[in-house]
Order: sequence, then structure tokens, then C-alpha cells
Amino acid sequence: MQVLYFAWMKERIGVGSEEIAAQDAVTARDLIEILRQRSDGHALAFEDMSAVRVAIDQEMATLDTQLDGAREIAFFPPVTGG
Amino acid sequence: MDGSAPQPEISIQTEDFDIAAESRRLTAGKTDIGAVASFTGLVRGSDETTRAMKLEHYPGMTERALSAIAAEASSRWPLQGIRIIHRVGRLLPGEQIVLVLTASRHRAAAFEAAHFIMDYLKTRAPFWKREETPEGARWVDARDSDDHAAARWETDPA
Repeated sequence: MQVLYFAWMKERIGVGSEEIAAQDAVTARDLIEILRQRSDGHALAFEDMSAVRVAIDQEMATLDTQLDGAREIAFFPPVTGG
Repeated sequence: MDGSAPQPEISIQTEDFDIAAESRRLTAGKTDIGAVASFTGLVRGSDETTRAMKLEHYPGMTERALSAIAAEASSRWPLQGIRIIHRVGRLLPGEQIVLVLTASRHRAAAFEAAHFIMDYLKTRAPFWKREETPEGARWVDARDSDDHAAARWETDPA
């Protein structure tokens, strides 16, 4: 699956997107546990889970939403547009 | 056209926009519109520290999220037109950043729908602001008051 990062999460991780093989991840929360192991930057990005929002295939979701074969998972801080 | 939901027009762009021209375009050729409400958001130079604002977004999802918000507005109020423009990139204090236009037969629906669209946009559309200040750049924090403003529409449907 393609994992995307935005705003300060992207800065901490150092890339805006990466291809991740995570068949075992049932929910977004499971995927985060896998991503955390990838680098210190990943661990830092997911340090404060209250600031982590997720979109699954471009739809807002929750950390406990099932990934269910999703192709694009995006992680980002709370939005600040408008 | 009565009874059919309008096709919302949504743009994510770096260029500025002309409110009058957009309003004329939204109502062109229609005589059943009695009200156009508009909201324009500007880059606020808060306490003279903000030198510029950089807007990042999630291409693809942004358009989907705004379309969904517009569709929700159309299902709640009788609207004849919706126009949403959100700028991205680097903007200076005083510049226009967002435009919402809603057209309806009567003002209440136009006012309320524009208010609703802005409240939902603030909390559901994937944009992020990065502020340039004399001390350096920092990501703008989300505000609880925006969440509360959006939540009002959940408990108090039109």
C-alpha cells in the first residue's frame, strides 16, 4: 500500500510517501505500530497519537477503521485550512 | 432545473480570485436566484508576526472532501449554486485565501449553507497552514473552537 504523510509529519519522517508491505495490519493503528519501527523520524511523527489523523483511500477515517485492502493510507495532523 | 441539486464548482488554485466575477458567473442565465451569500477568508497577520502563510494540501482528497461538503450542504438546504475556491502555496497577510458562494431562492438558506460549508471545510478538508514568523516557520495548530463550530451542525440540523 501507498502511505502518505503531510505537514509536520512529512517533515519528521523525511518523505511524503512510501510503499509499505503491511498485510498483517488490520487497522490504521496496527499500521502505525509497523511504521514506528522504520526510523527515529517515524517514531517521532507518531509520538503524540492525539495529533494523528488518518484518511483511508482519501476518506477521513479513525485509527481503528479497518484498512480492508485499502491502497492509499494518509497520516497528517489536524487540518488547518480556511 | 427545480429540485435538482446544483453541480458545485470547486477549485484549488494558487491564483487569486475575483469575488464579483465569480458571483456573476454563478448566477449567469438564472432568474430564480434571490440570494447569493459569500464568505471570503483572508490571511490574517496575527499580532504582526506572520510574514507569510504557506498552504499545503492533499491533492485528490481535497477535491473529494470539498465535493462531499458541498453535497451535504445541497442535501440540507435548497441551493441553486455553490462555488468554493481555496488557494494554496505562499500567501501574504491581507491576501484572499478562501471563497465560498452559495446561491438560493431565499437568504436564509444561502447564509446558513455558506456558514456550514466554511465550518466543515475548517475541520474536514485536508489543508495545513505553515506560518512564517520572525522566529522561523511553524505549523499552525488546529483550534478547538473550529471543532465546536462544526459540531454545532451535527446536533442542530437545518
